[in-house]
Formats: sequence, structure tokens, C-alpha cells
Amino acid sequence: MTQSDANVHPRLDSPDYRSTTLRHPKQPLIYLPHGPAELTGPQLDELRCGELDNDLTRQHAGEPIGERMTVSGGLLDGDGRPVRDSLIEIWQANAAGRYAHRWDRWPAPLDPNFTGAGRTVTDADGRYTFTTIKPGPYPWGNHPNAWRPAHIHFSLMGPQFHQRLVTQMYFPSDPLFAYDPIFQSVRDPKIRERMIARFSLDRTQEQFALGYEWDIVLRGPQETPIEEAH
Amino acid sequence: LNETPSQTVGPYLSLGLPWKDGPVADPDGVTITGTVFDGNGAPIPDALIETWSPAPRAFARSATDDDGRWSVVVPMPDAGYLTVNLFARGLLHRLVTRVYLRGEPDDPVPVDRRHTLVATPDGVIHRFDIRLQGDDETVFFDI
Repeated sequence: MTQSDANVHPRLDSPDYRSTTLRHPKQPLIYLPHGPAELTGPQLDELRCGELDNDLTRQHAGEPIGERMTVSGGLLDGDGRPVRDSLIEIWQANAAGRYAHRWDRWPAPLDPNFTGAGRTVTDADGRYTFTTIKPGPYPWGNHPNAWRPAHIHFSLMGPQFHQRLVTQMYFPSDPLFAYDPIFQSVRDPKIRERMIARFSLDRTQEQFALGYEWDIVLRGPQETPIEEAH
Repeated sequence: LNETPSQTVGPYLSLGLPWKDGPVADPDGVTITGTVFDGNGAPIPDALIETWSPAPRAFARSATDDDGRWSVVVPMPDAGYLTVNLFARGLLHRLVTRVYLRGEPDDPVPVDRRHTLVATPDGVIHRFDIRLQGDDETVFFDI
């Protein structure tokens, strides 16, 4: 049994990231022992991801502009066991740092060949792979001259509902790390490194794409999952 | 092992997370709808709600619209309540709450805050607003 480490996650009230000010609960969270609802979870592999859902470079007529890359790794639980048949969803900006979203007003070019969303289900060894292009950094309004380091958003389900995680994957040696209050909201520098993918020449495909590796570790599991009532 | 830290979904979560039939776990189920409010009482248009109940299975997912409103259609849970995940820009970690369609929470939820977890019947639908701060701040759980 592995407890979630309270130092791993950011504080909900992180004033340097201004949007937290009006959006964090002021009352303390109420501790709830795990019951059937927490120890079970939706099995979403029945979503039947399409064959190309994990290739963000092949969702349109042409190829997106940018640095073609793959990101692959293992989805693990807190005991180091692979989490198989588990849905992973990603979304990201294009190579110019622009999201294909109607609210993104940053005047960098949209790419007609890039939507920036993908999904996959982990295999029998708990592994996943996405093919995409490297997202660009982009400015935002948090403070003067604020820029987000390049990142890919990741959503992980895990087998038990309490293991649900949404996070962001960053790239090695980004010069913007020191100035980004979202990255810095994880206070321990050693723990922040867990959000940074590793460049891998082994995973790099000759004449095709740079390879990055990133393992994702969920909390738990807690006890044996309770069987469903039916 | 080295647990991966949480980060916010950011403002563009609707690019990646909603799917077409995501809000409907059971077309013949009950509709729950509500608005997510910030500490100024302003609706939050970049949030995502997920519901879960194991019996019967009630996983549904709905992003909030421009008015901060979400809606799901789920089977009536045997336990009377659904577990709810809330994600949003400005939330560095998901919040967990519950919506009671029958009955109301008991310990450890303080008596004077239990009403924040109870949906209000409104014709054939159930209304459930979520308030991140303020006098009627919704109860959130550490699970």
C-alpha cells in the first residue's frame, strides 16, 4: 500500500500562478477513507482508439510543420507495476506555440495540418507511444513577459478512481523553467524533474523523428480493488 | 516509487478531453446539470467534470461551456451519490467531491456544509452547482 506523497503535488493555493487565487478552496479538504467508488474505476479501453489516434502528424491531408518526435514510456503504479489497458489522452500547441482553440489569441500561425490532440491505450506491458511534433513555447498573461515552457498535456486514468492524474510533460533543459510558476508550483526541484522527458537516441528513428522517453507513475494502488456488484 | 506530480489542465482542455458521447453514461439515466463558480461568483468556462459510480457504472465527462455550465446523463447510483472530479485552469490538482441524488452525506462532512453536496431536483433534472470559494463553498475531499 502506497500513500500519495503530499510533497509531490503543487499546493492548490499557489499565488505566483495567479489563476489559483479565485479557484482554490479555502476550506480544508475533508479526508475520506477509500470505499468502492475510489477503489474501482471506469475501464475506458472499450473506447477503441482509432489506429491513428496516437499519431498527431497524420490526422490531416498534409503533414504539420515542426520537429517530428515520438514520446513513449511506461505507465506505472506506485509499486512499479505496469498499468495496462489504460486510456492516455494528450493535447498540445503546434510548433509555433499556438493551440487550435478558439480562445487562443496569440498571433502565431495556426497549422491547418495540426489539431494537437491524441489518445491511446497502454499495451500489455503498460507502454504507450505518441508521434507528434514538438510544441513551441508561448506567451501568457500571468505576469509581464511570461512564457510557458514547451509542454504536452497528459491525462491518465489508472484502474482506480483515486489514481486519476492530469499533468504536463516538459522537455530537457528548457530555459523557461526558472520563470514558469506552473512548473515551479512543484516545490522540490528533484520532484520537478519527474515531469521532464528524457531524450533518447535509442528511441530516435533515423531519418524520421527524435525520440523522447517519459515514464508516468500514478499513486497507489490502495488495497485490493473491490469487485463490482455485478 | 516516484509519483508524477499533477499540473493544471490549462485553458485549452477542451482540445483534448471531451468526446462526443462523453457526457452520457446511460441515455435513459438522470440528467445532472450545474455551473462551476469561482471566488467572485463568476462562472468558470474552462473546467471539466467527471462523474463515477461503480454500481451501476456511471463514468461521464463534460467540459463547461462559455457560461460555466456542465451536464451529464448517468444511471441512478445504488449508493445515492456519484463521485465527482473537477479540473480547471487555475487548479493545479483535481478536486474531488460528491453529488447526492438521494439522501445526504454523513460524517465526516460537517452538518452545516452537507447541503453543498446535495443536488436540487428541478423537474426531471437535478441541479448541482459547484462553488470553489465563498459562503457556500462546496465540500471537497482528500481521497
